[in-house]
Amino acid sequence: MTTKQRGVLHSLWDFFCSLRLTMFLLISLAILSIIGTIIPQGAIPPEYLATISSSKQQIYRVLGFFDMYHSWWFILLLYSLTVNLIACSIKRLPHIWKIVSQPTLVMSSGLEQSLPNIASIKTNDKPEQLKEKLTAFLSSEFARPVVTEADGSWHLFAQKTPWCRLSVYVVHLSIIVIFIGAMIGSYFGYKGYVSILEGESISKVISRTEKEIDLGFSVRCEQFKVAFYDTGAPKEFKSILTILENGKPVPGYTNVRVIVNEPLTYKGITFYQSSYGNAGNYYFTVSGLDGKNAVPVTLDSNTTATLPDGSTMRVVEATDDISEFIPSLSGPAVQVEINSPQGGSEKVIVYANYPDMNVQYAKEHNVSHVLQYKGAQKRMYTGLQVAKDPGVWIVWLGCAMMVLGIYGAFLMSHRRIWVRIQGGAVTMGGNASKNQAAFERYFEVLANKLKKQLSGEEI
Amino acid sequence: MTSSLLFNVATLTYLVSMLLFFAFMASRAKVLGTAGIVAAYFGLLTQTGAIAMRWKESYDMGVGHAPLSNLYESVVFFSWTIVLIFALLDYKYKYRVIGAFVMPFALLGMTWAQLGMNSGIEPLVPALQSNWLLYHVITCFLGYAAFAVACGISIMYLIKANHDESGQKAGESSIMGMFPPIRVLDDLNYRAIMIGFPLLTLGIITGAAWANYAWGTYWSWDPKETWSLIVWFVYAAFLHARFTRGWVGKRAAWLSVIGFAATIFCYLGVNLFLSGLHSYGGGGKM
Ligand code: HEM
Repeated sequence: MTTKQRGVLHSLWDFFCSLRLTMFLLISLAILSIIGTIIPQGAIPPEYLATISSSKQQIYRVLGFFDMYHSWWFILLLYSLTVNLIACSIKRLPHIWKIVSQPTLVMSSGLEQSLPNIASIKTNDKPEQLKEKLTAFLSSEFARPVVTEADGSWHLFAQKTPWCRLSVYVVHLSIIVIFIGAMIGSYFGYKGYVSILEGESISKVISRTEKEIDLGFSVRCEQFKVAFYDTGAPKEFKSILTILENGKPVPGYTNVRVIVNEPLTYKGITFYQSSYGNAGNYYFTVSGLDGKNAVPVTLDSNTTATLPDGSTMRVVEATDDISEFIPSLSGPAVQVEINSPQGGSEKVIVYANYPDMNVQYAKEHNVSHVLQYKGAQKRMYTGLQVAKDPGVWIVWLGCAMMVLGIYGAFLMSHRRIWVRIQGGAVTMGGNASKNQAAFERYFEVLANKLKKQLSGEEI
Repeated sequence: MTSSLLFNVATLTYLVSMLLFFAFMASRAKVLGTAGIVAAYFGLLTQTGAIAMRWKESYDMGVGHAPLSNLYESVVFFSWTIVLIFALLDYKYKYRVIGAFVMPFALLGMTWAQLGMNSGIEPLVPALQSNWLLYHVITCFLGYAAFAVACGISIMYLIKANHDESGQKAGESSIMGMFPPIRVLDDLNYRAIMIGFPLLTLGIITGAAWANYAWGTYWSWDPKETWSLIVWFVYAAFLHARFTRGWVGKRAAWLSVIGFAATIFCYLGVNLFLSGLHSYGGGGKM
C-alpha cells in the first residue's frame, strides 16, 4: 500500500468514526422519512397520480419517491449508519473495556485531582488497623475493595456495576441485530393475502409481490360471522378455520376461532383476520310501473346491471331486517347505487316486504321502471392476511437488547471509590459515570459515616 | 358526580396553577410558587379520579374498557401524563418556575378536550380489543409527556441563553433571575429526555409487537409508524449531541423543541393531514 492510499483509508476511517456523521445521518433520516409519509407508497392510487403533473410523476419515479423506504439512497443511509455505528464502537470499545476489565487500583495524586469527590480524615490509628477497618467499612457500606500496597501506603479500590459502561454498546448492537432480523424476514419470508369462501378450502396464497405461494397444506373456512354492537358499530369479525393435511383435518387445528387480534399459526405461517365480504347473490326484478313484463336481475357484490333507462345499478349494502335502520319497517332490504348515464349518482333503498313503496319511489322520481327486491342468498368469504417471517424472533431479540441497553445506559451508573491510607491520614475519593449530583450526596453521607466510625471508636 | 364534571374541575385547577406560576415568575413571591404546585397536584389527583371514574362508567354501560380508545380520551390522558412527569421532576429537583412553561401544555390539552371534542364513551372496535392497546398507549404517552416537559425547559433555556448573551447580566430584579442557570436547564432537559426516550422506544416496540400480532407485520412504514421513527431519530440525535463538538447548548435545545413539534405532528398531524393517503397491500385493515 502506498502512503497515499493509506492516507485515504485513514481519512475514510476517521470519517466513519465521527459523531458528526452520526448527527448528519440521524437528522437526514428524520427529514427524508417525511417524504414517504406525504407521497403514497407502493400501489399508488390512480386518483393521486391524476393530481400531479406527468413531469413531477417522472421525477418522483426516478428518485424512487414512490417506494422510498426501499430506494437506493435510503438503504445507503441505513448502511452508512451501520458502518458508522461499527466504526465508532471499534474505536471506543478498547478504552471502555480497559476501564471495566483493568480498573485503576491506586489513587495517584493526578487521579485525586481529577476526582470531583474527595474526603480526608486524620486519625491516630495504625495503618494496618485502618486498612482492616476500611475494608470492613467499604464491604458493608459499598462493595468489597481490592487492597494493594504501593509506595509504603495502603490503597483500597471498590466499585459497583462496572459493566453498565457497556450498555451503550448493547444499544448500538441491538440496532444491527434488528437490521439482521429484518433482512432475514425479507429474504426468507413473505406477506400475502387470501380470501376463502365459506365451506371451501385453499392451499395457495398470493404474496404482495404477486407471486403464487404453495402453503403445503390447506385451509378451509368453515364459517364467517360479524357481530355488531347496538349502535351498529362492528363488535367482532370471526372466521372458523380448519387446517387440512392431505385433505384430512389436523387434530388441534380443527374449527379454530380466528378473530382480529387472535391469529392462527401453523407450521410458521400465520393467518390474520383482515377483511370479509359477501360473494352471494341478490335477486331483483325490473318491471314496468304497472308491474308487467317483470325481468329477473341477479347481482353479486361486485357486479353491476344495466337498467332499461340506461343507468347502472350495484348493491352497496344489504340487510335481513331493515328495522335496524328504520324501526317502523321490517324484512329484508338492500341499498343500491344508481348511476345515470348523465353522470348522476343516487343511493336508493329497495324493500322486499313493501313492493308499493318501491313503486311509489319510481313514480315520485319519474322513473319508467320499478325495482323489486326478492331477497338474497348469502355466501360469506373471509379475507386473511398471511405471513411467514422467520426473522421476527431476531427482531424481538434486538428489541429486548435495546430496552435493556437503554436501561443500563440511562438508569445505571458505574461508581468507584478509592481510599489511600498514608500513616494516620485517610483520603477517600470517588466518581460516578452517571448522575453525578446523586453520587455527590451519597459520597458525603458515606464520608461522614466513616469519620464518625473512625473517631467514635477512639473515644 | 360524573367524570365529566371532575374533568372540568381539573381543567380549571390547571388554569389556576398556570396563573399562579405566572404570578410567581413576575413577583418572585415564593408562596405563589408553592400555591402553583399545590394546585397542580390537586388537579392531578382530581383528574386521576376522573379517569378512574370514566373507566368505571364504561363498565356500567356494558362496554367496559380502559379510557384510552379515542382522540378525546387520549388528549385527556396526555394532559394527565404531562402533569405527572412535571410533578415527578418538581419532586426531585424543585425548580417551580418550570411550571409556567409546562402547565400551559396540560391546560391546552384539557381545554381542547373539554370544549372542542365529543366526550361520549364508545364501545371498542375489533382492532382495539387487545391488551397491547394499554401497554402501547401508556408508554407512548408517558414518553410524549416527558418530551413536552423537555420542550418547556428548552424554551426556557433558549430565552435565558439569548438573554445572557445580549449582555444584560441577569439582574436581581428581572424575571430572568427566576430562571435556573442555563447549565441546570440543559441538565434538566437531558433528564426529561432520558425519561422520554426509553418510553418512546418501548412505545414503538409495543406498537410493532401489536402490529405483528394483529396483522403479521411489525413494521409497514405507514405514516404514523414513520413519524414515530422520525421523532425517535431526532431524540437519538439529541442524545449524541452532547458528545459532539458544536452541538451542545442552544442547538441541542432546538433539537428538543423540534423533537416535540415532530411528536405533536406524529400524534395529531398524521391523523389530521395524512390519513387516507396510504394504501396497504392485500386486504384492508380492520
Ligand atoms: C450511526 C449511528 C451511531 C453511532 C456512530 C453512535 C455512536 C455513539 C457514541 C460514540 C456514543 C457515546 C458513547 C460514550 O462514549 O459514552 C453513543 C451514545 C449513545 N447512543 Fe449512539 N450511536 C449511533 C446511533 C444510535 C442510535 C440510532 C441510538 C438509538 C437508540 C443510539 C443510542 C445511544 C444512546 C442511548 C447513547 C448513550 C447516550 C448517553 O449516555 O447520553 N445511538 N452513541
